[in-house]
Amino acid sequence: MADNPTLAVWKFASCDGCQLTLLNCEEALLDVAERVTIAYFPEATSAVVDGPYDISLVEGSITTPADAERIQQVRAASGRLVTIGACATAGGIQALRNFADVSEFMSVVYAHPAYVATLERSTPIAAHVTVDFQLRGCPIDRNQLLEVLAALLQDRTPRIPTYSVCVECKRRGVTCVAVTSSSACLGPVTQAGCGALCPAFNRGCYGCFGPSDTPNTASLAERLRAAGMTGAEVTRLFRTFNAGAEPFRLESLAHEREQVAP
Amino acid sequence: MTHKATSGSQVLSVELLARVEGEGGMQVHVQDGEVVDVHLRIFEPPRFFEAFLRGRAHTEPPDITARICGICPVAYQMSACLAIEDACGVSVPDEIRLLRRLLYCGEWIESHALHIFFLHAPDLLGYPGAIEMARDHRGLVESALRMKRAGNDLMTAVGGRAVHPVNVRVGGFHRLPRRDELLAVRPQLVAAREEAIAAVPVVSGFEFPDFEQPYPYLSLSSEHGYPLESGSLVASTGLTAPVRAFNEHVVEQHVAHSNALHSTFDGEPYVVGPLARYSLNHSALSALARECAEAGGLGTTCRNPFRSIIVRTVELVHALDEAIRLIDGWYGAPVPWVPVPARAGEGHGATEAPRGLLYHRYRIDDQGSILDVQITPPTAQNQSAIEADLRAFVQAHLDLTHEELTRQCEIAIRTYDPCISCATHFLDLRVEHR
Repeated sequence: MADNPTLAVWKFASCDGCQLTLLNCEEALLDVAERVTIAYFPEATSAVVDGPYDISLVEGSITTPADAERIQQVRAASGRLVTIGACATAGGIQALRNFADVSEFMSVVYAHPAYVATLERSTPIAAHVTVDFQLRGCPIDRNQLLEVLAALLQDRTPRIPTYSVCVECKRRGVTCVAVTSSSACLGPVTQAGCGALCPAFNRGCYGCFGPSDTPNTASLAERLRAAGMTGAEVTRLFRTFNAGAEPFRLESLAHEREQVAP
Repeated sequence: MTHKATSGSQVLSVELLARVEGEGGMQVHVQDGEVVDVHLRIFEPPRFFEAFLRGRAHTEPPDITARICGICPVAYQMSACLAIEDACGVSVPDEIRLLRRLLYCGEWIESHALHIFFLHAPDLLGYPGAIEMARDHRGLVESALRMKRAGNDLMTAVGGRAVHPVNVRVGGFHRLPRRDELLAVRPQLVAAREEAIAAVPVVSGFEFPDFEQPYPYLSLSSEHGYPLESGSLVASTGLTAPVRAFNEHVVEQHVAHSNALHSTFDGEPYVVGPLARYSLNHSALSALARECAEAGGLGTTCRNPFRSIIVRTVELVHALDEAIRLIDGWYGAPVPWVPVPARAGEGHGATEAPRGLLYHRYRIDDQGSILDVQITPPTAQNQSAIEADLRAFVQAHLDLTHEELTRQCEIAIRTYDPCISCATHFLDLRVEHR
């Protein structure tokens, strides 16, 4: 066991759902535990093996001055660093502060804002340190996580597709919800990984896995506007868990600007 | 370090609590044999949900508030739906309520199995975590994983996935599950129920400190059985009240010794969660769950937080039993969802998250735009009681060594299954990475 690579799991601002996905690997989890030494995973164990660590999984975004320092320490202690989930890869839902005045947000939630140390923006891990691989999703997909771990152990590139949800949706044989119902669907511009889950449940994709490779967000937005959505609605559609991902951020801003124009 | 805390100054400190959801620590200051200060420290960064929900559409909170917690997203979805439907004056058909209850059973099964066997049992068996525990107790851990998986698979069948289900919407569900999809999960639930029953003597066989606390208990109570997806407020003080009266009894206040907002119920620390639910709703448990409670040595109430692992196991049996009953009675619904047109107003919603009562309040305008939000999660409500427990427990056990007392304090906190990710968007915090 001593020769196994060491694995550490780190948490920044997040809901814990992506770490939970590791525990949700269930039977495969015990197999993983035989191939790697789980050296640091406070949500699962109080045992700590001192670093450095061969593999670090990082959940969450950077939102406080202390965390901006801590991620540097994590990077320094890690062989390969993999970010997991929309918070770590795009800033998460808490990146909605990036479009607002964080001190006003603070006064809404906290009675004594002076006690709370927070940054004006929620930023992805890659904005602070070099990242070796980014695994998307809100939450991440269990099988994609196992594929990434397997690839790291085998020293190869993880096979994670960057094409859109539409490809998965067609493959699954789901009737297109954007065509047959008036559902707003982000599938054409969202990266695959969920298995076209929402269309299979009669609803439009809402963008959990972030922008796909070369997404044509403007074209999709134009179609949504033509179908009757307001600028504010289009802005909100692009502005959720991956609001900080650049193509979604820019598209949300385009329609917000239009909204305030006379 | 084995000195005992009978004189001089001593600080019991855990910098990062392990096996809790989110990031927190604790500090207990002892001066000359007297506990002078107790802090459950929360350094989970704030995420500002109540702030950024303003201006969003009234249809959005189920998807957005799910992201407060990856362990109990359904609780957020359910309380949000109820509050918004209340604001709009809509009540959903009973079939939809039953389907919500079934989805919620999945979350209880998953969350309770996680806490009982992965977060709590390692303390009692003397391991740092379940992965280490698996080396000597592989059968127990594999059984726990199967129970947890049954919960996850039920959530997947009804909600689309176990973490942040996609199928929930204001007014109901995007799509009704087919009967065959639900029946496919049934054998796992039946097997898991047997494993949960078998776990009762295991968890009730541990040694527990003799420690009872007198706090008021608060939970929902429902005409539809043991409270999960609906109900009204009931407390051990004799109070019964509609959910909209929550803020008349629960007050969040800033106390001098801590930078955390503490909830009090009619002026006192109080407890929500399994102990409160069980003690206030014992007669609503299924016959099988009541038998398990008796076999586990529980009376009709339980006031020892260290024994909460037994109560959770009884609730696990109940949730499995209830899920099977709901599946057997499921023959579809006329519609997957009912329209919830916006109207100006305020709505209240409360459901029983695995960790206890979760209250949401929304005020919306006539276009459905959200004006104001209040979310009061269970861990924020329990914080005063957790600190009071630590104070009483340390005072009574100053003869223990520093290490043992610190370890026991950490165990005491974990018995509440605190979800710091949930609590933090709400708690006032003192950021103290040291």
